[in-house]
Amino acid sequence: MIKRSYWSLPYLIFMVVFVVLPLVLIVLYAFQDGSGHFTLSNIARFFTDSDSLQTFALSIEVAIENTLICILLGYPAAWILANRKLNRSAVTVMLFIMPMWINALMRTLATAELFNMFGITLGKGTLLFGMVYDYIPFMIYPIYNILMKMDNSYAEAAEDLGATPWKVFWKITVPLSMPGVMSGVLMVFMPTVSTFAISEFLTNNKIKLFGTIIQENINSSMWNYGAALAFIMLLIIGITSLFNDNKDSQAEGGLI
Amino acid sequence: MANDYIIDIQHLSKSFGGVKVLDDINFYIRRGEFITLLGPSGCGKTTLLRQIAGFIAPDEGRILLEGKDISGIPPYQRPLNTVFQRYALFPHLDVYDNIAFGLKLQKVPPKEIEKRVKKMLKMVSMTDYEDRSVDSLSGGQQQRVAIARALVNYPKVLLLDEPLAALDLKMRKDMQLELKEIHRKMGITFIYVTHDQEEALTLSDTIVVMNEGKIQQIGTPIDIYNEPVNCFVADFIGESNILKGRMIRDRRVAFLKHEFDCVDEGFGEDVPVDVVVRPEDIYFTTDPAKCQFKAKVNSCIFKGVHYEMWVDTDTGYELMIQDYDPYPVGSEVMLYIDPDDIQVMHKERTRNVYEGTMVDQTHVDMMGGVFECLPQEGIGAGDKVQAVIRFEDVDLLDHQEDGVVAGEVHFLIYKGDHYHLTVRTEDDYRIWVDTNDIWDKGDLVGVNIAPEAIKLTRCND
Amino acid sequence: MKKVLAKAYLYLLLAMLYAPLIFIAVFSFTESRVLGNWTGFSTKLYANLFTGGMNGGSSLLAAVENTLIIALISAAIATVLGTIAAIGIFNLKGRKKAGMQFLNNIPMINPDIITGVSLFLLFVFLGITQGYVTVVLAHITFCTPYVVLSVLPKLSQMNPNIYEAALDLGATPSQALRKVLIPELRPGMISGFILAFTMSLDDFAVTFFTRGTIGLETLSTYIYADARKGGLTPELRPLMTIIFLIVLILLVVMNIRRQKANQSK
Repeated sequence: MIKRSYWSLPYLIFMVVFVVLPLVLIVLYAFQDGSGHFTLSNIARFFTDSDSLQTFALSIEVAIENTLICILLGYPAAWILANRKLNRSAVTVMLFIMPMWINALMRTLATAELFNMFGITLGKGTLLFGMVYDYIPFMIYPIYNILMKMDNSYAEAAEDLGATPWKVFWKITVPLSMPGVMSGVLMVFMPTVSTFAISEFLTNNKIKLFGTIIQENINSSMWNYGAALAFIMLLIIGITSLFNDNKDSQAEGGLI
Repeated sequence: MANDYIIDIQHLSKSFGGVKVLDDINFYIRRGEFITLLGPSGCGKTTLLRQIAGFIAPDEGRILLEGKDISGIPPYQRPLNTVFQRYALFPHLDVYDNIAFGLKLQKVPPKEIEKRVKKMLKMVSMTDYEDRSVDSLSGGQQQRVAIARALVNYPKVLLLDEPLAALDLKMRKDMQLELKEIHRKMGITFIYVTHDQEEALTLSDTIVVMNEGKIQQIGTPIDIYNEPVNCFVADFIGESNILKGRMIRDRRVAFLKHEFDCVDEGFGEDVPVDVVVRPEDIYFTTDPAKCQFKAKVNSCIFKGVHYEMWVDTDTGYELMIQDYDPYPVGSEVMLYIDPDDIQVMHKERTRNVYEGTMVDQTHVDMMGGVFECLPQEGIGAGDKVQAVIRFEDVDLLDHQEDGVVAGEVHFLIYKGDHYHLTVRTEDDYRIWVDTNDIWDKGDLVGVNIAPEAIKLTRCND
Repeated sequence: MKKVLAKAYLYLLLAMLYAPLIFIAVFSFTESRVLGNWTGFSTKLYANLFTGGMNGGSSLLAAVENTLIIALISAAIATVLGTIAAIGIFNLKGRKKAGMQFLNNIPMINPDIITGVSLFLLFVFLGITQGYVTVVLAHITFCTPYVVLSVLPKLSQMNPNIYEAALDLGATPSQALRKVLIPELRPGMISGFILAFTMSLDDFAVTFFTRGTIGLETLSTYIYADARKGGLTPELRPLMTIIFLIVLILLVVMNIRRQKANQSK
């Protein structure tokens, strides 16, 4: 009898070729010059190029702002959606989740068109607005999910022990929902840093984010420098993932 | 091969991850018998059943079906069928298709399938349920379908893995009677696995009591109840008073600090033994001539049919007594036990014995820890030694980290004036402990032994 | 009062989320080339979309066709690969299981651009000409993890004895797989397929990096190119409206399916 566990082998081989090897190649290319010799110059170039550094800093800034706004706007929404006294409608929940399923490029273009229609100048303000618009469902959904799964008896126990509703919210609900917030952060922060088309559309090419300069370098055949920039992004992913040891951060996977 | 054994199990052993789950199992099953594998969870009974069914291959040993070794045959070619613990009905098939599943695979003609399925449905009183989805059935109904699904194939042996465990008490009692009836009608050999001793006593022709991967006792329900061979069986089956005793000579035994006549022979003279007296076998008397010992009633609880009383004997033991008449708490009573009702058992062990290695003059490495011991002439670093520790000399501590080795209380018996515990250490050693402290099964403990309590002798190799 | 405030907040957010989509939908029913300029009701944009009679010819329709075919093929392969993988992972233990789950998470955590760039480098490194095949391979890479995650819960919900029960009743391992295991996993496989399909439809970045230079356009890359040229092709408005409706219907159907599944338990 063939052991069932061997069934994971084809996938393992596939993943090694199409996930692990490509990531290794990013590192490899990042530390090579055009003729394949080891070099640190790609990395050094990033740290000495003020344009790249500024773009990088701006990307992180926009990502942090976007993430914070998404939490501030999204948490109350998720809380209301998950609260049976305030919302019983599954349709409302679905409406909040649905934008996750529609092509982000399409939604962004629609937003940009709307700004144009009302004659709003595209810039950092519209960029942030568009980003929040694009990513807030990804913040609401995991928080909603964890709040729904939360055992109501924790809150009841706290009330029983004399906590006011306000205290219950801050001392019980918020701490217990942190894993949901963390997976929301993971789903908002990194994609914001790495988008390239969205920022172009929302600012009429006035503001570049980190993703855009990676794309520009790869497209103009500067593979090694592009790989070095991608490598720096990988490092950030590694660091943000450290803050998130929550195993099921796949909000979309749980949707169906 | 001229025997009537339908199944013969020879030297069967199985380990999972280095832990022996089954250890040299030997027994046979007669054709048409209702045999029960009984034991606490983790005793290996389910592993044994799954090996017979073919889901697990044995490490060692053979399983003979009608004299032929079936150890290498995959489950789908064995003429045996199983009723699974949580039914394992196929949720995507209705009742009829569940029952017909095996017959369809055997390519039995559809007419014949229909006939047999209908007959089975009738047998388990589920006529008219053919088209129902299995999710819409109650636990008891699902159980009936599972039994029908297995029996419709006319297996040589039906294996049942705790089939009633998920049902409530009332339903369980009803299903027990029905199972017995089905067994009688079909004449098929049943191998039944359960941890419920009452169920085993009710249903079985033969009971195989198992613990820690070993067979403890095989016998009829009456044998096993009346003549348990060791403390484990006595404690596991029914209620019992288990007491430390001493065989004085044939037919004379001392326990409760009194001497009693008994019917057991052949233990030798002046030998430590364990004694079992069932609570319904201790009698009250008002006749001083009959009285063997006195006691004071400590508690009295009505249990439906009888009263359950705890008494303190004049010699300082606690006993459980069941009687149809209550005696008031605090009253002095006179008691006696019939010689017939005293069951004397060999002690499995009288002290802890371990192999160890000396680290230096005053430290011995054994049971996965280093214990301090007293220096002893002629024993030094590196010597292989045998350490003997009396049960009462083992100290158990509340915190695992306070002990030299850490363990878990695995099994415990109250012996009238103290507890006898089996502690399993993290490295899977067993330590037997007599203590007056109260512990529960599953308690995590630290184990310590005073240096002077460790008696060392050098091993001669 | 609290309830009114809460509702008001939700609807305000929803209005913000849907305003652009609704504007697009409304202005898909007029002929104007500029959004916001209502020139009377017309279905001409819809007609143009389906007949291909517009500026740029039939390239938009071709892009839609490419998108759908790529999504179908990738989702189908991902479903087979992911289901087999899920069965394997479910039967793994300890560190090996954790390792496979970690690997499975990588493509989901990685931003699209990393997946895209890394696969681009892979195809360059292996000297594979990029085009249809590389795009499909790339899509399988980021879709399969979602299938694995949809099938795994079905495996753990399944009564572990069901497969054994089939063997016990005389089914060979392959019969047991076809007659019992696959029917049990089917809901998870369907969910996984739909998820993979929509992930593939949505993708822009990965396609962008792996499509090569043969001029392969999907809907996303078409929109991107279109927007860079300045201004949206008006025919995109009816297309977006249609996609919006399809997603809405799909979600409603899946929610009903899920509710039914929950009720039958």
